[in-house]
Amino acid sequence: MFGKLTFDAIPLNEPVAMGGVAAMVFGGLAAASLITYFRLWGWLWKEWFTSVDHKKIGVMYVVLALVMLLRGFSDAIMMRTQQAMASTGGAGYLPPDHYDQVFTAHGVIMIFFMAMPFIIGLMNIVVPLQIGARDVAFPYLNNLSFWLTASGAVLINLSLALGEFARTGWLAYPPLSELQYSPGVGVDYYIWALQISGVGTLLAGVNFVTTILKMRTTGMGMMQMPVFTWTALCANMLIVAAFPILTVTLAMLALDRYLGMHFFTNEAGGNPMMYVNLIWAWGHPEVYILILPCFGIFSEVISTFSAKRLFGYKSMVYATVCITLLSFVVWLHHFFTMGSGANVNAFFGISTMIISIPTGVKIFNWLFTMYRGRVQFTTPVLWTIGFIITFTIGGMTGVLMAVPPADYVLHNSLFLIAHFHNAIIGGVVFGCMAGFTYWFPKALGFKLDERLGKVSFWCWFVGFYIAFMPLYVLGLMGMTRRLNHVDNPVWHVYLVVAMVGAFIIAIGIAAQIAQILLSIKNRVALADLTGDPWNGRTLEWAVSSPPPFYNFATEPVVTGRDAFWEMKEQGLLNEPLPAYRKIHMPKNTGTGVVVSAFITVLGFALIWHIWWLAIGGIATGILVAIIHSFNEDRDYYVPSDVVAQTEGKYFKQILARA
Amino acid sequence: MNIQARLLAEPSDAFISDDIDVHHDTGSMTLLGFWIYLMSDCVLFAALFAGFAVLRNNTAGGPDAHELFSLPYVAVETACLLVSSFTYGMAMLAVERGRQSAVLAWLGVTLLLGLGFMGMELNEFGNLIHDGAGPDRSGFLSAFFTLVGTHGLHVASGMVWMLVLIAHVLRSGLTDANKTRLACLSLFWHFLDIVWIGVFTVVYLMGVA
Amino acid sequence: MDDSREFAPALPSHGSHAHDDHADHGSVQSYLIGFFLSVVLTAIPFGLIMSGALPSGTAIPVCVGFGVVQMVVHLVYFLHMNAASSRSWNMAALVFTVVIVAMVVGGSLWVMGHLDANMMPGMNPKEY
Repeated sequence: MFGKLTFDAIPLNEPVAMGGVAAMVFGGLAAASLITYFRLWGWLWKEWFTSVDHKKIGVMYVVLALVMLLRGFSDAIMMRTQQAMASTGGAGYLPPDHYDQVFTAHGVIMIFFMAMPFIIGLMNIVVPLQIGARDVAFPYLNNLSFWLTASGAVLINLSLALGEFARTGWLAYPPLSELQYSPGVGVDYYIWALQISGVGTLLAGVNFVTTILKMRTTGMGMMQMPVFTWTALCANMLIVAAFPILTVTLAMLALDRYLGMHFFTNEAGGNPMMYVNLIWAWGHPEVYILILPCFGIFSEVISTFSAKRLFGYKSMVYATVCITLLSFVVWLHHFFTMGSGANVNAFFGISTMIISIPTGVKIFNWLFTMYRGRVQFTTPVLWTIGFIITFTIGGMTGVLMAVPPADYVLHNSLFLIAHFHNAIIGGVVFGCMAGFTYWFPKALGFKLDERLGKVSFWCWFVGFYIAFMPLYVLGLMGMTRRLNHVDNPVWHVYLVVAMVGAFIIAIGIAAQIAQILLSIKNRVALADLTGDPWNGRTLEWAVSSPPPFYNFATEPVVTGRDAFWEMKEQGLLNEPLPAYRKIHMPKNTGTGVVVSAFITVLGFALIWHIWWLAIGGIATGILVAIIHSFNEDRDYYVPSDVVAQTEGKYFKQILARA
Repeated sequence: MNIQARLLAEPSDAFISDDIDVHHDTGSMTLLGFWIYLMSDCVLFAALFAGFAVLRNNTAGGPDAHELFSLPYVAVETACLLVSSFTYGMAMLAVERGRQSAVLAWLGVTLLLGLGFMGMELNEFGNLIHDGAGPDRSGFLSAFFTLVGTHGLHVASGMVWMLVLIAHVLRSGLTDANKTRLACLSLFWHFLDIVWIGVFTVVYLMGVA
Repeated sequence: MDDSREFAPALPSHGSHAHDDHADHGSVQSYLIGFFLSVVLTAIPFGLIMSGALPSGTAIPVCVGFGVVQMVVHLVYFLHMNAASSRSWNMAALVFTVVIVAMVVGGSLWVMGHLDANMMPGMNPKEY
């Protein structure tokens, strides 16, 4: 009746896991109580959960990312403390089978439920505004994409309280992830969380590619688009091209586990190496999906705060497109040591070195943009400069490992771990933080506290180097990754230093939480009254903060790059029109929430082998989606006087400030 | 000239119509979006084909393609699907001419042919499983069932979609929304026939050769 | 990839033309041509393999060739991809996808071929 689910699923005998469950339950209950106390459930449902507005959906994605950052980061703290404690012969506090779940969850959460939602959230908030559009091409699908991602996050968090998580590492290589060696539900949680959120991501990819190609405002040809929109386009093209490979590979693993097939088993004709090949054919483009939009963020931030046009727009675009294509011919560098031989290794080693060149072009373009600009060292600029330094180092160690013989020594050592964290933290995390700070006022109407922003940057920056530079040394000394305990007094010293670095980052995160809370408290003083707090260059700054729900009252007409800057230069500042037209807008819908709820039930049921519930879940989900298609009450018109009123308020605000 | 003045002086067509959703040509936008989704489906099938190619000789001592596949049978399946592509094309021509009953008739024929294809495929799968050549027998068979089965699942989904669209057309007629939906399904249906070309070539013809 | 309508005002919304940009929609004649071409392009490979007329080393590439041609026939006659669509994003998306597919499938076959030769039990590793 309940498949494999019994009360034994609750890890009562694992204090650390129960601690995590307690924290989650407490946090969830606290949030729910506050919402109930302030009677906000109706408001949340009407204004946020069922919204098809890209700005709201984007904010929800970022909130999800920030919450999951806390979970992923606590995994990191746990690992650093365990290794610091258990490197002189002791056992530490985290037994191996739990430690294995922690490093697996850390990777899965950080990539799929922190970085991806953060990036997709920022693209959601910004891209339609930058291209002068009202929303994305498919607003309902946008809502569905968010809730499918949330569904995956729910399943991952559930795994802490019910059952276990995978112990295989974030990519779940077979044969370890096959039924024989992972008979529990952990790998199944992994598979279904990723498959479900993967569908959400793929739909978002389709949505954004269509939006950027078809919904640009008058006068904005491809070569007039802001660079962030270009990088968003390429990243979403990569999503469309790469995610199906992940879907297939995880499906094959699921078929092995559920129907006894032999894709990756050791016997009966399976080929575990094929999994590694396919998963990295997805995995490498994935890291470019993460970094390209961040490159775009840096371009926007640097040019705005240097008060200077971005240097080398065309070469930035070409570099981005090159990286997009090249990202599909380097994937083997993740498994040089699996044995494909010198010729194959040489090809992929060379291609990996080549792909660093367009990134180098970008770095020089950013530097030349700053050169002779009037650079303001605001928090987003600090994150950007921190990125330029840190990512360059990370890139260099990457190119070092692109040399196959060097990789034979360093593969799966802490050197590798240091390299990719160097690139991901220095690139993706710093980029997300820069974008978060830069676009926060646009999304919510008030700036973030600048002082705490700088504190959090310095803690992250210093903490990062203290946490990860020792790992490079440890890697060169021969320490492998994912070690639960080891007895080496020399290594111990470095591991303690690394742990200290992690705690410094923790202070940085605490500073960010404080920053958000303080800024909310001081939101009137920090309010952005003009919509253009940074003297920006692109169209998102041409509307109020937050923008009216319809974005633009009249379609902006663009005559070149940095459209808003041009409008300001030519004195074409926004003025109220004598009359406005009514505006066609989509209605909110609860279908996305409902369908995702049933898909979550499907995932849960599949994990625990509750077949009747699984069939019920998928059937109902599909039914709801079909019924939704018969709903013709999907849109409405905003009357022109409402538009006039909204615009009028905005102009009053600007005049008051002036 | 001040940008606002310009707009008021020479309103382009976009500003004459009620809604100034300039990119409100939702039909072609929806079609492009669906096409892009189809491109992702293309990559999905490519990965399945790659897996099949890698595992095609991993028969683990079990039966191989020569023993299992009947080309005449596959030829009939192919005919069903090919003719159904043609009949859907006829349905789309009827859509353009606004002939609702013709649309429904051609869709019905397409459905029947699709049912024929699915019936034959399920029969083939059933027989294979019954003869001990199920997907759990070997890597080759796992890859075969998954590749061909995924295609079959797409065909089945297309047929469910077709039924839903028939209901939509019966309910509201050939509205713009329904025409766009039928056009998307048309892309989907033809795409599946293209994938089938790959299947019968790579799996069946190359298997038996 | 400049948008050809860079500085032109946007097109007005056309309620009745659900698929403006989607080029032409074919005719009975074009569907029939596509159908008969496909029948021929299917019958020949089937016939070749079933009769065993050619040795498999030759027959297989020939069948693959016929398959590719038939895919193009479908694209042209059923999906109406033609010169006009080259100005649309559909063609660009298709070209991009085909390139990616070629790299991933081709690359995977190359990689897996080498891995199988070097790493699977009982085989002699390739010297290279």
